[in-house]
Amino acid sequence: MRKLYSFVFMGLMLVYAIFNTIIYTAKSEYGNVKLSHEAVRGETLWLKNNCNACHQLYGLGGYLGSDLTNVYSASGKSEEVLKTFMISGVKSMPKFNFSPGEQDAILQFLKEVDQTGYYPDRNARFRYDGWVEFSQKIINNEK
Amino acid sequence: MKNKTYPFYYIIVGLLSLGLCILAGIFAGFQYIIPDFIKEILPFTALRPLHTLFALSWIFMASIGGIFWYMQKYEHYRENSSPIMKWQFWIFTLTGAAIAFCYVFRKFEGKEYLEFPHFFYIPILTGWILFGIYYFRSMSASFTKWPVYYWMWGTGILLMIFHFTEAHLWILPYFREDYVQNLTMQWKAGGAYVGAWNMLVYGTSMYVMEKTSGNVRSSYSFIAFSLFFLGLVNVMFNWGHHLYPVPNAEWIRYFAYLVSMTEWIILLRIIYLWKKSLPKEKKKKYSISYKMMMLSDLWIFLNIFLALLISIPAINFFTHGTHITVAHSMGTIIGINTTILLSSVAYLLEGVQAFPEKAEKQLRRGIRVFHISFVGFWVVLIFMGIERSRWIYFSENRLFGTFQDSMRFVYILFTLLGIGIFAGLSFLIFKLIRHIILILKSDGYSEE
Repeated sequence: MRKLYSFVFMGLMLVYAIFNTIIYTAKSEYGNVKLSHEAVRGETLWLKNNCNACHQLYGLGGYLGSDLTNVYSASGKSEEVLKTFMISGVKSMPKFNFSPGEQDAILQFLKEVDQTGYYPDRNARFRYDGWVEFSQKIINNEK
Repeated sequence: MKNKTYPFYYIIVGLLSLGLCILAGIFAGFQYIIPDFIKEILPFTALRPLHTLFALSWIFMASIGGIFWYMQKYEHYRENSSPIMKWQFWIFTLTGAAIAFCYVFRKFEGKEYLEFPHFFYIPILTGWILFGIYYFRSMSASFTKWPVYYWMWGTGILLMIFHFTEAHLWILPYFREDYVQNLTMQWKAGGAYVGAWNMLVYGTSMYVMEKTSGNVRSSYSFIAFSLFFLGLVNVMFNWGHHLYPVPNAEWIRYFAYLVSMTEWIILLRIIYLWKKSLPKEKKKKYSISYKMMMLSDLWIFLNIFLALLISIPAINFFTHGTHITVAHSMGTIIGINTTILLSSVAYLLEGVQAFPEKAEKQLRRGIRVFHISFVGFWVVLIFMGIERSRWIYFSENRLFGTFQDSMRFVYILFTLLGIGIFAGLSFLIFKLIRHIILILKSDGYSEE
């Protein structure tokens, strides 16, 4: 039995190594939006201020604030409104001291995240096997 | 030379972390009710990572301390006089304290749950590697005789090293520029990381069950190894349910959907069989340990139900991004992991020195307060999740702030129940630490 267990263990490790190689290298499986240099800078600011503690992207993050996946393209949310929110310190949100350049970088990050897809996706289709087909975002959300 | 004191030090640090975890959670809960509450000193951006840091510290320290203790009881344990255990303890304790300071002073760099500056990757990884070296050096000679929990612990250590590293791969530009892959990698690593520590915790649960029942054969049984391999398959492939709405390739998510969470069912079966086989005198000798293990049984059942529901994409669609996900993670971390680890701590302590009758009664009272509050807390989380889902999908243009204001009374109830959990657990923590101090002061434990 021990030999069988060792064999199963090694077999699983091998399958996992192949699986991981695919996940790490199959770039075509993740859409065609690549973050610009400015958006990467914006994401760094997002992380350094732990915005994810309260806000979500694709529903992932804390729930004290709202989901920001498609906030850039949301109606009534102009770039100026979004920038004002960043430094407003409204309710439990800390009052951040972002410079205008930093606000632009965060906005660029949110803009490019917005281009990757929809969340929440109210047009998703449900299949008989319990699967959900989400809408694909094809046209960029330029304002 | 066996090290008799450091396992207790791990448990003390773990228990203190558990108390701090709940305290940070209560402060965070207050910010749901009073948005300005200590906002300038400890905003939610600091409280949430502190809450999760202490939760992870509790799980790691209590499970590692238990494993170090149980290893030394093994008949084929190879005497290990190296100072690795001490180094490991101090690396983890000091790194954890330093990370807590970074959070208090709002020095963040990492992704969700690992928000600390990147350089902390090095001491944490070193700590896991040292634990691995100690474990395999002491245990590898008897590999062919290992019961299933030694496999689980060994695999858990290796997977922690791998997935902790994987969780930091996003720093590389190759992953960084591709946001969807970056997010996929983050939750792949995060999901597997939880699975890796579950290997340590479930291994501990199987160890305690075997020792208290005296049924040694169950840990060598085919079903026990089936559980282990199913658990391993789930660790490796069952992380897609975190990512159903994320626009990566459909096969990645569908594969995870197929794998699903079968490991829970087998674990429940094993606990059920163990409960049936446990003789009455053993139940009495390890009464606190037994009571906590039975609570984990209940939470496994509740979490199987919830986990199965939310792994169905059509249901996950409505529960994702709501407090139902939190109910699942709290049910797992507090309902299952914490009750198993408290059971392990109680087993370890009862084995060394039985609790005085009065202390045992008080511990039972603490367990009752904790558990009643936690059941209420879990139900309120589910309700909050349903309300949030209704707001996301069935309310027309209702502002987030308006929704939050409408939930005020639910948030008050949620925080009060959190205080109940804190009251029950802090009482347990106090009593258990006091018992450990008594043991450490007794003969044979004070020389190191």
